Amino acid sequence: MLANLWNNYIDVAAMILFGIGFSNLLLQRNMIKKIIGLNIMDTAVYLFLASMGYIQGKLAPIASDGVLEASRYINPIPSGLVLTGIVVSVSVSALMLGLTVKLYERYHTLDIDEITTMVRKEHE
Amino acid sequence: MEFVRNFPFFCIMLAMVSGPVSSVLSGKKARVLSLSVVTICEILSIATLYYTLDLDGPFVYTMGRFPAPFGNEIRVGVLEAFMATSFCLIMLLSLTGGLKYLVKDVPEEKMNLYFIMINLLLASLLVLIYTNDLFTGYVFVEINTISACGLIMIRGWGRNILAATKYMIMSLLGSGLVLISVSIIYGITGHLLMHNVHEAVLKIVAEDTYTEPLMLAVGLFSVGIAIKSALFPFHAWLPDAYSYSTCSSSSILSSLVSKGYILFLLKFIYRVVGTDVFRLSGADDVLFIFGIVGMIMGSVDAIQQTDMRRMIAFSSIAQIGYIYMGFGLGVEAGMVAAVFHILAHASAKSMLFVSANGLAEVSGQSMNYRNLRGSGLRNRSAGAAFVVGSLSMVGIPLFAGFTSKVYFAKAAMNAVTTKEIITLIALAISTVLNAMYFIRMAISVFTPKMNEEYEDERFRTGTVYRLSVVVFVVIVMILGVFSNPIFDWIERGLTEFS
Repeated sequence: MLANLWNNYIDVAAMILFGIGFSNLLLQRNMIKKIIGLNIMDTAVYLFLASMGYIQGKLAPIASDGVLEASRYINPIPSGLVLTGIVVSVSVSALMLGLTVKLYERYHTLDIDEITTMVRKEHE
Repeated sequence: MEFVRNFPFFCIMLAMVSGPVSSVLSGKKARVLSLSVVTICEILSIATLYYTLDLDGPFVYTMGRFPAPFGNEIRVGVLEAFMATSFCLIMLLSLTGGLKYLVKDVPEEKMNLYFIMINLLLASLLVLIYTNDLFTGYVFVEINTISACGLIMIRGWGRNILAATKYMIMSLLGSGLVLISVSIIYGITGHLLMHNVHEAVLKIVAEDTYTEPLMLAVGLFSVGIAIKSALFPFHAWLPDAYSYSTCSSSSILSSLVSKGYILFLLKFIYRVVGTDVFRLSGADDVLFIFGIVGMIMGSVDAIQQTDMRRMIAFSSIAQIGYIYMGFGLGVEAGMVAAVFHILAHASAKSMLFVSANGLAEVSGQSMNYRNLRGSGLRNRSAGAAFVVGSLSMVGIPLFAGFTSKVYFAKAAMNAVTTKEIITLIALAISTVLNAMYFIRMAISVFTPKMNEEYEDERFRTGTVYRLSVVVFVVIVMILGVFSNPIFDWIERGLTEFS
């Protein structure tokens, strides 16, 4: 069991980071910290994917020096997935930050619980 | 006829391209563009449905003609085409029904932005229905979330923005789980296209090599989708998001957005892991329990509401519970009933939101239970639609909700005894609870008000509004009365899935 964990230490690290990010996104009250949690969570998944595609001693999947045999390069699909994932993550982070700015302009706080109370009061 | 094979791809591309185009158009032109795109997609989907009904099985369309491991695929069968047809139709009706309120609620300079979101939402829903690739599915789940967030916050009130933020937070938690699950599945199978993954999964289960990560992935995926579609304990964001946005937004959000995710889960269960492995993982029991609790608790919450739109929103939680209960029953018939209920709920719920806005309009824009008294007499088309929607939600014969309840009960008969008993009891309790708030509201809407404030001005609704309401009523009645061919299609579609 322990040997397994040690052999796959990158995956273990990725899962721990995922947990940290997930719980931050869920539990933090500060919006910015939530967004940081979101980014940690997504990055953990990219670490997991990238480590899956990596083969010791091989090159990045970009044809160089005219060599076209697949055996010289690492698996390109996980890298492609990571790139796609980064695009998605950037857009949701931007959207979240935009929402946070809007909320801050209106309520002058980043604490989502406080904002909820203020909104509730506003409509009573 | 071969040309029809391109239609699903055309629908997706059309919806996706019209989004950016809308951004440079004026509000009015963007509206015309968006409505025509939805109409065209509807027509193309009907043609696709007609075409697939004649085929022996589903067909696979490879994007750019690149074969399997390199290219991306969409797969079109009877169920996919039928779902695309009904989703486009419901979206069109929600837009036309809410058009008048949209003009009021959304400032003209923001109108084109609203329709960008509508177009993106349509594209992502179609992709979720048609895609044959897990990672593409994940990307469009996120696009669906982003566009839904835009629909929620377009009104720009403080509480809209807060509701959108809360929606985003919960949704991102869900999609994080979906992403890690897709990565794990890719890691253990080495594939992303659904049929290849399925073959590898069968091998893994037979050889018992990576069973634990596989089960983990199945669980994470189910929970992720459950969070995104507001299954009971994860529903906190839903009432605010649905009740304070503009009419079209609330009806589209409640009827289509969450259903898109559920369809993706359905594809995952059938096409990726297979129903047997799904049941082996125990995820169906978890969904079943939360579904049952959601059916009851959603209604209990709805009874306590004094705001009509919040009441309808809470009833959505109960209805989502029904769908997951069907998924969890562990029998084929339960799945069929759940898929039918997706349609029954989508049509009735969007109609309820459209009619609720019509009723509020003649009651001084108030959604309060007391102020709405007699509003059905002032705006008769909205009142009639509200009654039809309520009766369908409660499960009165002739309407869609009754058919799905009968099929749920029938499916329960085939399930394990404990599940059978629990389902039947929950169905009975939930029906009574539904009746308590929907019938109460329907009666109150048609009770003449003493000391009439709004002197007997018979309100004239626009032709577009009335037409959409009539079509909604017709759909709910068709689902209730002529449900046999639809069940045949769903059954055929699910057999083609596996």
